[in-house]
Amino acid sequence: MLIQVSWRNIWRSRTRSLVVLTAITLGIMAGVFSTAFMKGMMDKRVETAIHTELSHIQIHDSLFRKTAELRYYMPGADVLARKIDTLPHVEGVTQRIIVQSMISSAETGAGVKIMGIRPDDEKKVTDIAQQMVEGKYFEGIKRNPVVIGQKLAHKLNVRVRSKVVITLQDMDNNLTAGAFRVAGIYKTSNTAYDESNVFVRYEDLARLTDLPAGACHEIAIRVDNDLNTVSVQQRIKKTTGSLEVMSWKEISPELSYITVVMDQYMYIFILIILLALLFGIINTMLMVILERHKEIGMLLAIGMSRTRIFLMIIIETVLLSLTGGITGIILGTLISKYFEYHYINLSMFGKGLEQLGFSSLVNTSIDPEMVVSVTIMVIFTGIIAAIYPALKAIKYDPAEALRIE
Amino acid sequence: MNIIEIKDLVKIYDSTEIEVTAVNHINLNFEKGEFSAVVGPSGSGKTTFLNLLGGLDRPTAGHIMIDGIDLWSLKSRQITDFRLHNIGFVFQSYNLLPVLTAKENVEFIMHLQGWPKAEREKRARELLKAVGLGDRINSRPNKLSGGQQQRVAVARALASKPKFILADEPTANLDSHSTENLLDIMEKLNREEGITFIFSTHDARVVKKAHRVITLEDGKVLSDEKK
Repeated sequence: MLIQVSWRNIWRSRTRSLVVLTAITLGIMAGVFSTAFMKGMMDKRVETAIHTELSHIQIHDSLFRKTAELRYYMPGADVLARKIDTLPHVEGVTQRIIVQSMISSAETGAGVKIMGIRPDDEKKVTDIAQQMVEGKYFEGIKRNPVVIGQKLAHKLNVRVRSKVVITLQDMDNNLTAGAFRVAGIYKTSNTAYDESNVFVRYEDLARLTDLPAGACHEIAIRVDNDLNTVSVQQRIKKTTGSLEVMSWKEISPELSYITVVMDQYMYIFILIILLALLFGIINTMLMVILERHKEIGMLLAIGMSRTRIFLMIIIETVLLSLTGGITGIILGTLISKYFEYHYINLSMFGKGLEQLGFSSLVNTSIDPEMVVSVTIMVIFTGIIAAIYPALKAIKYDPAEALRIE
Repeated sequence: MNIIEIKDLVKIYDSTEIEVTAVNHINLNFEKGEFSAVVGPSGSGKTTFLNLLGGLDRPTAGHIMIDGIDLWSLKSRQITDFRLHNIGFVFQSYNLLPVLTAKENVEFIMHLQGWPKAEREKRARELLKAVGLGDRINSRPNKLSGGQQQRVAVARALASKPKFILADEPTANLDSHSTENLLDIMEKLNREEGITFIFSTHDARVVKKAHRVITLEDGKVLSDEKK
């Protein structure tokens, strides 16, 4: 009956309650949507990083990642790669020769990372082949084809079929160069990546560097689901001896932290919204108990305990907060759900975002755990907001309250 | 048999500038089944006297014994609980909960006492029927006249099965017809069910119906007449 009384009390002053409810609804809706938006952005960044740049697991000679020197290759890597390809949950394995080198066009040059890949294997691991904006992925050029990023192409002022020269040090530290022709130009959502990563065929780069047959610097592995990354990593580790087997989280820890950190930021953001709402709710409830001074006095007089009156105010405030909160959560979730399937186009900020590695087309991503957390936070806000007005209400003197005309 | 014994009751309002003695050494007893009116001009101490008797205001000195229990020796929480189970209140301005219907208003006090839902619903219906509002049980106070609201308040006061009912100027806001109607109902409840009523009033119609009239002046008992 106390809940019934509290609920009906909310609607006594319909306009005032609706104003507070609207404020809570809008605040929570904005909080839920912003969180889903940021999470969608982060998820996309991580997904892009895994599917375009990192893959789930990488294997290197333990010194290669530190020095990036050509001589720290993995001999017989092709045998290992074939073996890994048979493991459960593995969707693709690719071998890469990696050399830091110089690429030059007729006009200018740039320092880049050259990756010698087997295109068919690479397609199973990364999605560069699907991000071609000009030309084709290692097609159309028979001899020494090269695939470069759009940003680099602009920098070098080259187009498809343009000639570029790659200069590098071979295994004997001799400076060597090879002429390549642009077969395709790709564009990812990360312009920094596009500017510094160049793909050539494995055989062409092996020939240029004199690397032994079957050797490479990096084996990149894609698994069917990120949840299986660790188990596959553990299985690979058992067979690779001294080689370094790392998951994407270990290779790029900042990327795995970004989601966690962003989650924390979003909770702080929602807390700030709730804090602002808290004072609005306190103000409303103070007005409520002031208006009902006489009524509270009557309740005390007829024998309603102060604990029950305290509880009644708490329930009323929590119901008020929860009604606005739940409406806000539902609206925020519905809007976020819509944008899960429809892009939010941020192309007006595209340049800046892409320099940071973020796509300018964002889909939201709702985290059910966050929805539950926000609901709990709203309930707590209601309780905290109610405490001061409720304490004030139970201090009323019934005899004095009943004298009010 | 006395259900209320008042011994040397004093209430002094002590503001910083003026000290007002609202109740001045009152000694009175009330028996079960009395239909008494406390009368006197404004400021004579009627409301203060009733507030002390109802455990709403703490006396400066003296004792109020209700069924042998010294009311003001109880702790604050116990007094609230004592009021809930032993004293019924009818206020001048009805003081019903506007968000509840007539039946729910009557039920509310039984809910506080912990009655099961079915029983309190049954009793609420019976009581509202007894005060002539059997057909208005689902009306909210704003849909009832002043007289009807006060009858709901009487039903509410009776609902908790109190030892006595304190009514502070219950007819002050009512027209003559409603006053007559309310008094008839209260008199009938007193006569047939032995409910003890103590009113404060300066309404001649109430005084006329009362079986005992206690007149206060300046906080003192001026006269105590039984009819």
